Amino acid sequence: MTAPADKPHLSRAHALDLLRHMIRIRRFEDKCAELYTQEKIRGFMHLYDGEEAVAVGVIPVLERRDRIVATYREHGHALVRGVPMTTTLAEMYGKQEGCSRGRGGSMHLFDRASNFYGGNAIVGGGLPVSIGLALADHMRGDNTITACFFGEGAVAEGEFHESMNLAALWGLPVLFVCENNRYAMGTALALSESETDIQRKAACYRIASEAVDGMDVVAVEAAARRLVHAVRESGKPHFLECRTYRLRAHSMFDAQLYRDKAEIDTWRSKEPIVRFQDWLESNHMIHPDDLARIEDEVAAEIADAVAFAEAGTWEPVEQLTRFTIAEKAA
Amino acid sequence: MPSLGADMEAGTLVEWLVKPGDQVKRGDIVAVVETQKGAIEIEVFETGQVEQILVGLHAKVPVGTPLARIRTEHERKGGVAPAPPRTMPSAAAPPITAIPRVAGRVRVSPAARKLAQMSGVDLAAVTGSGADGTIVRADVARSLTGVAVRAEGKRAIGLDLDAMRTAIAAAMARSKREIPHYYLEHQVDVTPSEAWLTHTNAARPPDNRLLFGALAIKSVALAAQCFPAFNGFYCDGKFEPASAVHVGMAIAIRGGGLAAPAIHDAAELALDELMARMRDLIQRTRAGHIRSSEIADSTITVSSLGERGIEALYGIIYPPQVAIVGFGKVVVRPWVVDGAIGPRSVVNITLSADHRVSDGHAGALFLAEVGKLLQEPEKL
Amino acid sequence: MAQTAAVATIEVTYRDAVREAIRDALNRDNRVFLMGEDIGRYGGCYAVSKGLLAEFGPERIRDTPLSESGFTGAGIGAAMAGMRPIVELMTVNFSLLALDQILNNAATIRHMSGNQFGVPVVIRMATGAGRQLAAQHSHSLEGWYAHIPGIKVLAPGTLEDARGMLWTALQDPDPVLIFENVMLYNMTGKLAADAGPVDIDKAAVRRTGRDISLITYGGSLWKTLDAAAALAAENIDAEVIDLRSLRPLDDATIMASVAKTRRAVIVDEGWRSGSLSAEICTRIVEQAFWELDAPIGRVCSEEAPIPYPRHLENAAIPQVPKIVAAAKAALGRA
Repeated sequence: MTAPADKPHLSRAHALDLLRHMIRIRRFEDKCAELYTQEKIRGFMHLYDGEEAVAVGVIPVLERRDRIVATYREHGHALVRGVPMTTTLAEMYGKQEGCSRGRGGSMHLFDRASNFYGGNAIVGGGLPVSIGLALADHMRGDNTITACFFGEGAVAEGEFHESMNLAALWGLPVLFVCENNRYAMGTALALSESETDIQRKAACYRIASEAVDGMDVVAVEAAARRLVHAVRESGKPHFLECRTYRLRAHSMFDAQLYRDKAEIDTWRSKEPIVRFQDWLESNHMIHPDDLARIEDEVAAEIADAVAFAEAGTWEPVEQLTRFTIAEKAA
Repeated sequence: MPSLGADMEAGTLVEWLVKPGDQVKRGDIVAVVETQKGAIEIEVFETGQVEQILVGLHAKVPVGTPLARIRTEHERKGGVAPAPPRTMPSAAAPPITAIPRVAGRVRVSPAARKLAQMSGVDLAAVTGSGADGTIVRADVARSLTGVAVRAEGKRAIGLDLDAMRTAIAAAMARSKREIPHYYLEHQVDVTPSEAWLTHTNAARPPDNRLLFGALAIKSVALAAQCFPAFNGFYCDGKFEPASAVHVGMAIAIRGGGLAAPAIHDAAELALDELMARMRDLIQRTRAGHIRSSEIADSTITVSSLGERGIEALYGIIYPPQVAIVGFGKVVVRPWVVDGAIGPRSVVNITLSADHRVSDGHAGALFLAEVGKLLQEPEKL
Repeated sequence: MAQTAAVATIEVTYRDAVREAIRDALNRDNRVFLMGEDIGRYGGCYAVSKGLLAEFGPERIRDTPLSESGFTGAGIGAAMAGMRPIVELMTVNFSLLALDQILNNAATIRHMSGNQFGVPVVIRMATGAGRQLAAQHSHSLEGWYAHIPGIKVLAPGTLEDARGMLWTALQDPDPVLIFENVMLYNMTGKLAADAGPVDIDKAAVRRTGRDISLITYGGSLWKTLDAAAALAAENIDAEVIDLRSLRPLDDATIMASVAKTRRAVIVDEGWRSGSLSAEICTRIVEQAFWELDAPIGRVCSEEAPIPYPRHLENAAIPQVPKIVAAAKAALGRA
């Protein structure tokens, strides 16, 4: 791995921070898998293993006032954005102490305080919404930006094309982050797209586009810094294709009949945490103590979140229809 | 057995990748499970030593079943934590509230209105048993029997003969006023029936014996199936033939009452069953324990005064029915058979029918069919 | 225009009233903007927004490409971020392309996010048949939309409502869909010069009567009023209820009417099966069953795609003679 050409300044503190964020997500996802097998978490659940570098590379670059739209594979995005692990896990348990009152579950994490607009379960469904969020900021002359995360599967949907066109046509401050993990559920990219070079599609709409190695957290951050800055300064949309890989199955209930174990193993050897950790170790930027400390802190935080979720309560059934529409002030 | 999906209920163990004694750590793949989606590798979330395999190969077990026991380093309890309780809080659906009863208005159901109209019942005289005094069909039907009803209850408490007389008066007056009756009479040699009854009853105790009335009702029911113009209801200016034959049996009540409750599906009943129903109806009618459906469901009525010694009876049709068949007494008479005079058991069968629906020709065929059926009692 | 103590009225079309409502909203609230296909330079498919581009500029009168899902979602996102967009979907026929955004986002986000985010978007659509536009351009799907919890559905049938519902809808913190029947745009009448916002949750009794309740909305309102006039000539006194809001339905007004007249006919331009009229029938059975003297009648569109030739199209949708016949049948009169 080469040293990044653009600044971020990779101080030891910052490096540890990046690593910690990724490990935190990985261990959390692992705990979610365990809880799911125990039926504490139900429904559909999609884990982020292998893709941590994308959320961790991009989201800390954003400001608090910036807006984030994500997909149903959004636990990592929520965590690194600052949605508390306690309310995130409680949400997945379905407890009313969850960030969405327990009503959304794994696929619908929302957090107003951090401008986290979900958690969207319709592939491609979040793109038009992100256009709207950016449109509002644009009309008000704000230089707030919107970061819209989606998988490469979404580029097949009409919404993707409509949104690219609108963003470019109207000059909207959106950073589109395409997490190309090569599989849309069970369909390999080459089997669903005539043009598999994703960034070229956005370029066709006259959006400044580039691709980056999504397994390299420093490269992702470097690209994110440049592009966030560019969006904010120009008010124009930019597109970042992050080439990454999903180490686990699409969701918990997936026999992975569509890909080789050998392929997964190959990618496992290049996955972002292992890769970054190795690089840091070989450059003497971290010590074993640091790792132990990170693992202990993360384990404690996870245990705490599990306790919080376990102790959570069920929303009373009488409240079921509340907040379908806004309640009138008394 | 882990839950791997929203719709996974069970899994089949197809491969163990560890055996007792093996060390495992969190995240290791320890087994392969076959599911409806294919084979999925199972990871373990404990670190320790495999102590015991609990489920063998090719066993299909429900989600939540322990698969193996693992001794962990900290002697924690191994295995799968219990799933959350399946019982979730439930709540009754919020009631749809009907608008309050408009003052001065009695609530009457459509079914009740229809029956009242068909049978000439005055709704003002009916007490409603539904919520908030609502009159439902059963209330109208009950008033046809003249049977009084306890306010909230459904069981009759006794006979109100005055009310019954009034109801009969109204019904009979309406019948004569509205229904153009025509009358046919048919004298039938029922010697075969009498002989068959004597023979059949010889081996039976008295309370199990068949009476001629059962043969009468069965033959009328079977004939009614072939002649639908005599089985059904006339209302709103048109005749609706009934899909089933429920024969009303006229029953006199001590003290001057009269009711004609239905024997449902009389044509389908074996004679013994029919006889049992008749006995039951008579007993219940006289005790005032008749069900409203039994009154309102009759599609044709049979009346008999044979036991009173009457030779022929010309009945008045019970509206909204369109026919009533009368049986007189079975009398031994001199009769010509094959050119010679001999004693035969003869009964006079009459038909009173609604001329809006049928005419004499059809009536004659109907009666002839009844007579024919009585010639072969063993086939009834 | 007269300026006296008496209410001054102006002669306007329904189209003018809608335009004035939009203009009024744009003037009163900086957050409001109009977005849709051909609303700017073209002046609007039905000429509703004619002249607005010159008056308010391209940022607030925003022409869009043919991307119903894209710009409806954009309206939703903009509303979530604090604007008050009016999304114009050219007709309900094209709204199907935006159905995912309307149902899975607009209607759902408040509940699904645990009340963190609301979507105060207004979506206006033309609806209905009658101009021989054939099957793909003649739908009446407002009843479908009224099925969805989380949104409000309006059908302005009068000039006052065309003028006044929009502002109230824009103030609502939740998505509001407004259906404008295509046959009404040319309708002319008198409107108070100072006409302003009206409520969006009550039905209105447009004609009082004693014998039967005729319940309807939108484009069928005027046919129903004509039917009431024809019935009056035969001594049948019909009450006409204009639903105005299809979701929520104003049960109280409907039931009070049925309790009075004991008979009802519902006139709904949607297809009969599973239509809004079926919902209203069921509500009447649930809440006012004991007051009924006759089965509830319905006059709906025939179960076929709307055909092109005039005589078939006319036969396919509710018309005055059918409404009159249904009313008489409910009264047991031939």
